Order: sequence, then C-alpha cells, then structure tokens
Amino acid sequence: MNNFAYQQASKAKDATAIVRDDKQAAYIAGGTTLLDLMKANLEQHSQLVDINLLPFKGIEKTNDGLRIGAMERMSDVGENPIVQQQFPAISESLLLAASPQLRNMASMGGNILQRTRCGYFRDPAFPCNKRVPGSGCPALQGDNHNLAILGVSDACIANSYPGDLSVALAAFDAVLTLENAKGKQRRVPITEFYLLPGNTPQKETVLEPGELIVSITVPAAAYTQRSTYLKVRERSSYAYALASAAVGLDVQGGSIRAARVALGGVGAQPWRSREAEQVLTGAPATEATFRAAAAAALRGAQPREHNRFKVELAQNTLVQALQKVAG
Amino acid sequence: MDIEPAFFETNPKAGSVGQPLDRVDGRAKVTGQAKYSAEFNNLPGLVHAVLKTSDVAKGRIQSIDTSAAQKEPGVLAILTHQNVPKLAKTPNDPEGKKAIGAPMGFLPLTSDQVHYAGQPVAIIVADTLERAQHAAALVRVQIAAEKPLASYVDPRAELFDPQKVQDGKTDGHTVRGNPKAAFAAAPVQLTHTYTHAINHHNPMEPGATTAHWEAPDRLTVYESTQGVTRTQKALSTMLGLAAEQVRVVTKYLGGGFGCKGSTWPHTVLTVQAARAVGRPVKLSLTRPQMFTSMGHREDQTQTLKVGATKEGKLLALIHEKTSTTSPWDNYAEPNSRIINLLYKCPAFESTYQLARADVMTSTFTRAPGEAPGSFAIECSMDDLAYQVGLDPLQIRLLNYADKDYSTNKPWSSKSLKQCYARGAELFGWSKRNPKAGETRDGRLLVGMGMATASYPVHNNQGTARVRLYADGHALVQTGATDLGTGTYTVMTQVAADALWLAPDKVRFELGDTKLPTAPNSGGSVAAGTVSSSIYMAAQDVWQKLIKLATQDKKSPLYRAKVADVMVENGRMVLKANKAKGEDYATLMKRNETADIEGTGNGKYGAGYESGLAAGPADSGHQDDMAGHSMHSFGAHFCEVKVDPELGTVRVTRWVSVHAAGRILNAKTARSQIIGGSIFGIGSALMERTVRDDQFARYTNASLADYHIPVNADIPDMTVEFIEEHDPYINAMGVKGIGEISMVGVAAAVANAVYHATGKRIRSLPITPDKVLQAKAMQV
Repeated sequence: MNNFAYQQASKAKDATAIVRDDKQAAYIAGGTTLLDLMKANLEQHSQLVDINLLPFKGIEKTNDGLRIGAMERMSDVGENPIVQQQFPAISESLLLAASPQLRNMASMGGNILQRTRCGYFRDPAFPCNKRVPGSGCPALQGDNHNLAILGVSDACIANSYPGDLSVALAAFDAVLTLENAKGKQRRVPITEFYLLPGNTPQKETVLEPGELIVSITVPAAAYTQRSTYLKVRERSSYAYALASAAVGLDVQGGSIRAARVALGGVGAQPWRSREAEQVLTGAPATEATFRAAAAAALRGAQPREHNRFKVELAQNTLVQALQKVAG
Repeated sequence: MDIEPAFFETNPKAGSVGQPLDRVDGRAKVTGQAKYSAEFNNLPGLVHAVLKTSDVAKGRIQSIDTSAAQKEPGVLAILTHQNVPKLAKTPNDPEGKKAIGAPMGFLPLTSDQVHYAGQPVAIIVADTLERAQHAAALVRVQIAAEKPLASYVDPRAELFDPQKVQDGKTDGHTVRGNPKAAFAAAPVQLTHTYTHAINHHNPMEPGATTAHWEAPDRLTVYESTQGVTRTQKALSTMLGLAAEQVRVVTKYLGGGFGCKGSTWPHTVLTVQAARAVGRPVKLSLTRPQMFTSMGHREDQTQTLKVGATKEGKLLALIHEKTSTTSPWDNYAEPNSRIINLLYKCPAFESTYQLARADVMTSTFTRAPGEAPGSFAIECSMDDLAYQVGLDPLQIRLLNYADKDYSTNKPWSSKSLKQCYARGAELFGWSKRNPKAGETRDGRLLVGMGMATASYPVHNNQGTARVRLYADGHALVQTGATDLGTGTYTVMTQVAADALWLAPDKVRFELGDTKLPTAPNSGGSVAAGTVSSSIYMAAQDVWQKLIKLATQDKKSPLYRAKVADVMVENGRMVLKANKAKGEDYATLMKRNETADIEGTGNGKYGAGYESGLAAGPADSGHQDDMAGHSMHSFGAHFCEVKVDPELGTVRVTRWVSVHAAGRILNAKTARSQIIGGSIFGIGSALMERTVRDDQFARYTNASLADYHIPVNADIPDMTVEFIEEHDPYINAMGVKGIGEISMVGVAAAVANAVYHATGKRIRSLPITPDKVLQAKAMQV
C-alpha cells in the first residue's frame, strides 16, 4: 500500500474536478472494494476523494418507478419497504450479497463498480490482460471454475462484475444518472454501462474520467413486483454466485405477457437475456417454456475446462427462478 | 470395569472436573485483555517487519534492488540472502534439519534459490507497519524464472517411494497377511479412487512473531505457536545458543490446527531482523501469506481396494496414496494408519508415492492422516454395505475390530458400539429408507449417512508444577499452550479437584518456556498429558504434606505411616479412622510454611489401574504402552438435502457421539467437537485451495475465495459423549478430543450425498459442479 492523500468533498463539482484532472485519484465511498484493491497493490492511488457527504441520497417512488441515490448503503436499500414490496428482486440481490457488515458500509454506486474476483486479476504476481494489458490470461487454461461463459473473449473470461445488484438492475432496465466535472448529467442504461472485454478488458465501463454515478432509476412494471433473485453458491452466505438469475414475469391467465431475465456469475458483464425474454413472452407459464427460455439464454455459451458445469447450472437456476415467480 | 480411577478416590462427586465450567479466560478474551503474540506492543522501541515474497515458484534470484526502499523514511533494515547474518545451523542439510526439528528442509534467504511461490526473499524493517509495507512494495526482485511443477498430477511429475512418510515417523510400506492373494480371491471386490483438495488451516490469528533481544545472548520471542519448547529448541539450535538463552512465550492462540505445530521461516527471519536492528521486531503474516508460510494439507489421491465375503466380511484392504511434496521433504499424511486398524481385516497393505513439486512443504493439518484416510475407508465401507445389502451401521458391526489388528494388541478401552447405538438413537437412524435416492423433501433429495471416527492417543509426556498456599489458593504452572479450545479452563478444573479447592482459588499459567516443559499442543495430546502432570504434581504436594504431618509432633498424624494416610476434602486423615487428621492449612501455619511445591510428570501409558501413575516418575510405564492400543472412537450421523438441479448440498442434521476417556469439561468439549465437525463439513463441501498448474501459485488465497462454512451452512448439532474409564492411558484417563471430531466427517457427508442421490462422489470438496457432473453420469 502506498502513501496517498485524502480529502473529503462537500460538493460534487469539487470531487469530479479532482478526479478528472488526476488520473491516479479515486473516489471513496464505503471503501469495501477500493481498500481491498489498494491493500493488494492492484490499484495505487495518489489521492482519495471521500464522497460520503455528497447529497446523492434517497430511496423514493417516482411517477414511473424508483429512484435510489448512489450514496445509499446496500443494507438500507435492501431493507427498504418500497424496494422489498415493489422490486423484490432488487432487495434480494442486495441482501444475498456479501455480509451484513459489508452491506452496512458499501454504497450502491460502489457496488456497481466492484471488480472481478478472478484469482489472476486479484494477485499481481500473475499476468492479467485486465490489469496489465497484453500480459496474457492464465485463466483461459487455468482455474476458471467460477469465471464467465457468456460475452467472453480470448483476452479475458472474467465476470467483470461478480456481484448481484447489477444483475437485478440489468433485468429491469435500470438507468444510471452520471455527472461529470462540468456538472453535466447524462443517463446510461445499466445494460450499456458495462463493456464487454473484447481486446480491451481493462476498459470495464463507459464512465469518463471524473464522472460519478449519482443515482439509479428503475421503471416499475407488473414484472418488477412479481420478481425474484436466485443465487447459487458454494456456501450459504458470504460467497459470490456460481450462477444467479434475476427474473420478473407478468403472467395473466397462465400466459406470460412480459418477462425480464438477467443472469449473474456467468457473463462477462451482468447478462441481460433478451433471447430468453423472447421465448417467454406470449408463451404459457410452464416448465417447458422456462426450459426453452433457459436454453436460449445459454445458447452462445463458451465454457472452458472448469466452468462447463455453469451451462447447465445457469439454465437450472433460471428455470427455478422462473418457477418461483410463476407460482 | 469395577476399578475406580484414582482421581475419583481422592475427590468424589463434588468435583469440578467434567462440569461445564465457563472459560476462565473468557472475560480476558472478550474484553481484549488477553495478549496474543502480536500484541506485546509495550516493548521498548518496538518496530515492524514485513516479508517480501517471490512471485514465481521456481528460479534463481538475479538481483534485489533495495535502493528506492532504503531511501524511504523510517526504514531500518532490509535483509536479503546477500546480507542476512549466517546462522549456526540451518535445516538445509539433513543433520541440521534433525537438530532443529524443522518442518521443512529449506530455509529462505540462505541462497539465491527460489523453491516456491510466496517464498520470502527479503524482510523489511521500519518504524511503522505502513512504512515497512510501503518499502517492501519498492523492493525490486529480479528472478530468472524456470517452469515450475505444480503437483503430482502433472504428467512431468516423477513419482517415488519415500520409504518413510511424515518426516520419517511413519513407514511408507506396511503389509499384514497376504493382501494381494486375499483380494484376488475375494468374492466381493471394490476398487475406488478418492481425491482430496489442498486444504489450509486458516486459523483466525495469523502466524506472528515478536522478537526481543534483551542482551546479545538473551532472546525472548512472543510467538504464535502450539509448542513453546519446540520453538525454543529450533531457534536456539539455529542461533547457536543454549536453550535457556531463548525464552518463548505464547499466552494465547487464535487457533492453530497444525500450522503452528512447527517453527517456520518467518519466525527465524524476524529474530534475525531484530538482531540486525537492535530493537524488538514484530511480524504478523498477512492472510495471503498464510497460504504459503505455514504448510497445508497436500493434494492427494488414494486408491483403496476392498476384498470381502458375500456377506460383507472384510478379507483384504489394499491402500495406495499418491501426493505432492516439496523439493526437499518427504511429507505425506499417514492416511493408511486408520485404514489398517478401523476394522477386523486379516490382510492389509499400504504404499505411498510422492512427487516433488515446486511448492511449500505440507504439514499436519486437522487430524493429519486420519481425516483423509477415513474418507476413503468409510466411503468404501458404505459401498460395501450397499453391495452386499446391509445397513451401513450393520456392515460396521459385522467387521467390528475387537482388538487392534494392525498391532495385534487389545484396546486399552473402546466404546464404539455404544457410540453407534446412542448416535443411531439420537439421529433416528432406524427410520432411514435403506434405498438410495428415494427420500425427498419437495424437490430436494434427502440423504442420511454415517461414518466411524477414530484417533490415536499419541505417546507423550509433560511436567507441571503446583504450589499450594496455606491461605487456600494455588499456583499451577506448565509450559503448555491453549489453542483456544479451553486448556486454561480444564486445567484449572483438574488442579482445583486435585487440591480440593474451588476453581477460582486456582491460578493456572501456561505458554512460557520458563515453566515446566509440556508437549506441543497437537495430535490431541495436551488434555491428557497436561492434566495428568498437574494431577501428579498435586499428589506430590499431598505426599509432602503427609510426610510433614507424620513428622510433626503437634499433628494428630504424628508417627503415622505415610501409607496409612489419605487425603479427603483437603484433610489428611488416617485411612482406618478418618476422624483423625487435620487440614493442610492448619498443618502449614503451625509449621510456618507459607506454601509448598510439588512437581509431576504426566505420561502416556502410565495409567491409574496398574498404579504406575502413582509410582516414581520413571517406573515401567512401558508396560501399559506396550500392552495396549490406545484410541478414541466415535460415530457421526448426518442428514443432507441436495438440490439435484443446482447441485447444492446442505447439511441439515448432525449427531456425533464420541468416547474419549474422561471428558474434562462438558461445555468446552462439546464446543470442540462442534468446531472439529464443522472443519470436516468444510473440507467435505467447500474447502479447497487451487494451485495454478502453470504457475504453481494459489489463485484463491483469501478468506473470501477459500470457503469455510458460515453459520448458515451448519445446523444445530447434537454432540454427546459416552462415559469411558480408561485405566491405561494416563493418570487422568483422558484420551483427548482435538482431532477425533473431524475424522469420518467427510465420509458421513459423502455417504449422505450418496444416499440422497444414488451417486457416489469421491472427490473432495463436493461442490455443485461435481454433483451436477455425477448426476449426468450413469452409476
């Protein structure tokens, strides 16, 4: 860990200006991801800009859905009655993540920006194209049992976002509001926020230098209320997903009017599956439909030696999640 | 057995031993008063060290550039192989290794050679921890890397027969009867292969050393170790000092599980760094460093051939183990030991094969040998039961070992049948559907499995000192260590009973080489050896008091024969007339004796029935040892629920019943069995360290990625003990429960998974990928 400067920002403009102008600067909110990365010498920062005082707060109903400030803590959002009642998948994705201590500290914005658990990325002694572009990817032939099978490239097979929240956000068309150093805001759907690895796995999101996540909005619909997040892992708590599914269904008279599906643990990014949604939409809410949707979701899978099981596991996870909300 | 133990004679029912006394050190621990080895922060001028370790697993150091690090403020020293002072002895040659008693025949910073990833290549000392960490990051190490070998699995690995395993302690080849012919002729033949992932101990408290040179020839080390005496010997030998010039202190341990049973390189390097800077130096290993600094359970494959009659009686067992070892040691857990003795079987053979890889040496890890060995034999017994159509419990009773067939000796005691019966009753085993794959709870498959546990009582001895004060309190001392399991508490109870005091009148001290020598707390020996030594030391006190009384003209016991006097309720009385006598306080005060001291020697094999325990310290305790095989036994019963679609396995019910001689504290013993069983469930379902094939470096060296069970993985556990009086083990009749709780656990879980799914998974841990894979396969 290197020496670094620390300052607390009271205005967004102050914070974004510092980080825009100093490429080695970083924001710190809960610090649950950043400090780990710094202690492991994965990131070296010249200064940390504390954004905990910024007014990006609130969990509120809007005309068409939900708005969550990026500085809200995971635990507060997960336990919020509006979120629990109208967006159960989002609540579950938060409360099934990490541990209570971490959820109490971690901000929503920080969660969205957490980095991969790929063991080769996490240890600077290994080559890693994401960490040191061009150095190689030992995971292709090595320990890839919990790495991605969808959206991967020959440069990187990491699940760049290993967490849960963004999977639920991707399923339900959440939009991030970003603010830059000029105070200008733009809105980016979370499905367009993350970048696939391609040949540039080091570039993980569309965030510009200095840009901050300000808030998250999620439109409400029948399927957000009838939604769930199912997470499969090697132990019952405090573990990353081997596979997970965020699903929502609007079922009327046994027929699916609308569906939302995203998978976690298997994609190079939170994996929205419009292929699965297409199969589901207009079809009867039966196991056969769910199986067909799951098959469609995994059709493009590119498994490797140790993560081949995820093709079946992700399908079964999705089917179970759909069965749960179909009732 | 109608012979009552000597302990009960001197202290009938009012005793503290066996009671669920709260931990005597509990308050100190929860209030932060308990000082662990990295918490002696008041030493004058204490400074901090960190290790710089090798990224690569194999190669030669070409250069180490310390110039940038040296310039950093607060940096006091950077030691590398180029400037570290020479030691009197190193473990790098067999003679030195033996003299030191080192776990590994290689000490870093003695040459430019890199033998494993994570090997220390420099130790950096600075005035603050942060400055030391920063400086370490600035040290540039150039290594000419060579392609390493990661494991015996690599096709390039060369397998060899080590002759002896576990540092020469165990024969690598054992034959009994005519196993090959017996197997070939057996009507039922099973051949199965079992694999076990690398496991790490992962104690809560990392390895830590605080080294203080109080004078050029006088060193005190506060060390996170399971044995202060062993550390003292290792350090003094390496430094060329007499043992008494090195004091080792370990007041509290946050777990050890085997990884703190030896002296490892970081301790030696910290001591050298302290000498170099002339100030006390503290080093605490980081969690990632814990994966490469203090050993692990090796990756291994076992093949077990079982020959049996059509009725299920064992005819032959042939066991082969292949595992990875380091470039310099022949370490392999002795898996075959338990397979050789668990059942009545006329023919047995075991062989070991090792492959040298560019890895840190493996070491004793939570029931070394017995844990993975029991996985193989207890899964195969389960297979045999299904094959011949017997209940898994019946197959074990059919093959019950009425003596130790591996040594042909009688058991000193064995209450396994009672463990089976009580465990089955508590669990409701009789309600189990005998067919596999046919019990459901909704979409979940339900399985019930069981397995036998056994662990030897290892040969050991220790000493203790007891000082009884006339005012009614006592100081009890021994150089044992408390891993956190309750040694402080149970020894206080033993001393209280032996001295007829309330536990709060006993001050018990341990963890210091200034105290009488006790063995390493490892191999489940501490409870039996230390309690017996305290008991014997208390008897020494009473003998001295009786002698004093019989020579004191004012005593009612004046001129009585010593042999005619006994102790009851803290009074010395005539056996023939218990009204005649006096209490020790009266006697001592009259004689102006403020206190009286006794010493005692607690020995394996010096039991109470033969009277050997009460005799002179060196009287022929060989008799009990030579005449009996001494083991604890137990049985585990497990229910799992398996999601056949997701591959997840959750343990939903657990019953363990053990018989391990006298149980010293019902509460700490129960906690210890629960903890050990959770270890077993961890290794059964989730624990594994992954070593990259190409780099021979771990990819999950953190507690986020190396999974140990969380609360939600563990159901309420039922733990009971069968009361067992063993007259041969030691003076207290205590067998020890450190490891037995884990033995057989993985098999019980795997057997339950088989019962749930009809699929046998022989590779640990049983993770969802393996369950899904097994489902896809026929059989």
